[in-house]
Amino acid sequence: MSTANSRFGVPHEGGVPHSDDGVPDPGEMGGIPRVGPGPAPRPPLTHALRDALLAALVAAGLFIPLVGLRTDVGPGGGGLMIRTRWGDVAILVGIVFAARLLLNLWSNFRPAPAPRSAQRTALMGRVGTAVAPALLALAIALPFLPGTTRYGLDLGILVLTYVMLGWGLNIVVGLAGLLDLGYVAFYAVGAYSYALLSTTFDLSFWICLPLAGILAAFWGVLLGFPVLRLRGDYLAIVTLAFGEIIRVVLLNWVSLTGGPNGISGIPRPTFFGLSFSAGGGPGSFADFFGLEPSPTHRVVFLYYLILGLALLTNWVTLRLRRQPLGRAWEALREDEIACRALGINVTNTKLSAFAIGAMFGGFAGAFFATRQAFISPESFTFIESAIILAIVVLGGLGSQLGVAIAALVMIGGFEAFRDLEEYRMLVFGGAMVAIMVWRPRGLVSSRTPSVSLGARKAISAELVGQGR
Amino acid sequence: MRFGGLTAVDHVSFTAHAGDITAVIGPNGAGKTTVFNLITGFYTPSSGELLLHGRSGHRPLHRTPGHRIAQEGVARTFQNIRLFAGMTVLENLLVAQHNQLQKATFFGVGAVLGLGGYRAAEREAMKRAKHWLEATRLLDRADDAAGSLPYGAQRRLEIARAMCTDPVLLCLDEPAAGLNPRESEELSELIRLIRASGCSILLIEHDMGVVMKISDRVVVLDHGKKIADGTAAEVRADEKVIAAYLGTGDEGEHPSPVVEGAV
Repeated sequence: MSTANSRFGVPHEGGVPHSDDGVPDPGEMGGIPRVGPGPAPRPPLTHALRDALLAALVAAGLFIPLVGLRTDVGPGGGGLMIRTRWGDVAILVGIVFAARLLLNLWSNFRPAPAPRSAQRTALMGRVGTAVAPALLALAIALPFLPGTTRYGLDLGILVLTYVMLGWGLNIVVGLAGLLDLGYVAFYAVGAYSYALLSTTFDLSFWICLPLAGILAAFWGVLLGFPVLRLRGDYLAIVTLAFGEIIRVVLLNWVSLTGGPNGISGIPRPTFFGLSFSAGGGPGSFADFFGLEPSPTHRVVFLYYLILGLALLTNWVTLRLRRQPLGRAWEALREDEIACRALGINVTNTKLSAFAIGAMFGGFAGAFFATRQAFISPESFTFIESAIILAIVVLGGLGSQLGVAIAALVMIGGFEAFRDLEEYRMLVFGGAMVAIMVWRPRGLVSSRTPSVSLGARKAISAELVGQGR
Repeated sequence: MRFGGLTAVDHVSFTAHAGDITAVIGPNGAGKTTVFNLITGFYTPSSGELLLHGRSGHRPLHRTPGHRIAQEGVARTFQNIRLFAGMTVLENLLVAQHNQLQKATFFGVGAVLGLGGYRAAEREAMKRAKHWLEATRLLDRADDAAGSLPYGAQRRLEIARAMCTDPVLLCLDEPAAGLNPRESEELSELIRLIRASGCSILLIEHDMGVVMKISDRVVVLDHGKKIADGTAAEVRADEKVIAAYLGTGDEGEHPSPVVEGAV
């Protein structure tokens, strides 16, 4: 079924573009397949014991060579000798046995999980309406809150950059359902556009910003053309390759981009022509407003700049969602063949999603360049694409609030656990697994209709397509 | 139409007259849905031509890309329902009017800024959507997700969605499949209503009750070839059709028991 659907529904060997087998597409099943009722019930205690013994056996097999045998340098430095630690092995195997037994017993005797009800979806919606304004108010007030440090503001800028990138990618992945693993390419195009335009032609930030967005959108369309016929995995691979191509070109085109040395000395943004020079002086921001010169001014300005850009992304996305174009994106995610049958130009619709998503990526890139004053290809590796995509997926495809929360949790949380050092990745991975187990469709998974006759009802995630 | 070595539809030629309900019948695998896919542009014919006498004059459909065919006024439904399941009933109907609405938005810019011309177009679209919601008795479900509707309602919604594209020819692929007798009856009424609104209809259907009652013309396909073409009564009396598809009267009236035996 999926092969017949994958290429515009025009199969090669004479099948019909839709099959009659009645098996829904994986996307229609509501994502992760449900685990059906287990095998016929066995006496719970016997089963639990047997399972725990099996786990203990596996653990013993693992721990005997790993822990039980240890080589030490022999006395006098002559040769190695094997030391055995059977006691430790026994303790570890015992722990595995007990834990597995408890887990089995718990899963046997706990009540069956209640199905997710419409009430809960509605409750989440009500909570959502309160959370969004609260977060916005916090974001606006942050620079003036008493406890905010320079470090806090920098972190805020970082989080907001990812919020903006997440919202930009959300247009492509969440609304149009096109899995894009190379989003960082547009971020890079925006950053390098700004850096090159401002250092070569001495253009101001406010002229370079739209240019960077337009150039990124142009590259979005350029990428869009070859990948239009691809869906799902194939699309992901091609976009991934595109992201890498851009990075490798930036790395090797030394005469233009400076190669691995990057571009430094990128002009900092000005406040309507007033610079944020640390020493004050005539024509600076501090001098004009009669303030004490302070490096914080620039940080606060950058903070509000990225907040404004992020809110612009959000506003445009929310507006577009209620417009024919946004609805066509969502329809494309739900069923491409039906879109075609309704006279929607699938090509243009996909290209517009790529272009607009890329444009916001380009804006974010220009901001990144002006904030850092130095860029190099190292900032635009695949891991950035992966993080942005993870933000969108964990937040909930298509949900603006979910993406914002996910960016806050992932980027902010990652910083918060800095003290854990190398265990940070472990916590991070664990948190991701936990979210995927409890909320497989992201933090905010229900969909709000774009238009209604009566009251808007949230649509539960099980019905919403995920894009293929 | 050929797929590799297989000729799925071979020299089939028929005319669906304006204002008629034309039924295409035949056994499974006869090529009925392939004919539909050719008409609606999902396949490009290997040879031959398809002409639409639409609003903008004669139009060769076999040289028109898929989405343009729908814009010329050919709408279709699918054998297995293809709704936008995660979108509401109303949204489904508005997506169907995408092209008219998109024109009113000035390439999206006017819509983002909320200009007046778009509002009027949207009101018009809502009016049309409401009209078809009433015609298909779905008005009270307008704000529910399309995927949460019962099967019969989903079938009706798909027809309403196709009608929202304002077609001159509506192609229905087995609209009565899976419906109970009462729903089939309602469907016949709906199809007649659509015809009365000035839209011609092309229908694939296995439910002979529906076909014989509402069709003005019946085209019979078997193994990719046309074997009969005429009014319902003519086709019913055609020996080739009886042999290939309808079966003899005796079998139809007295079905042989499926399970026999004594316990």
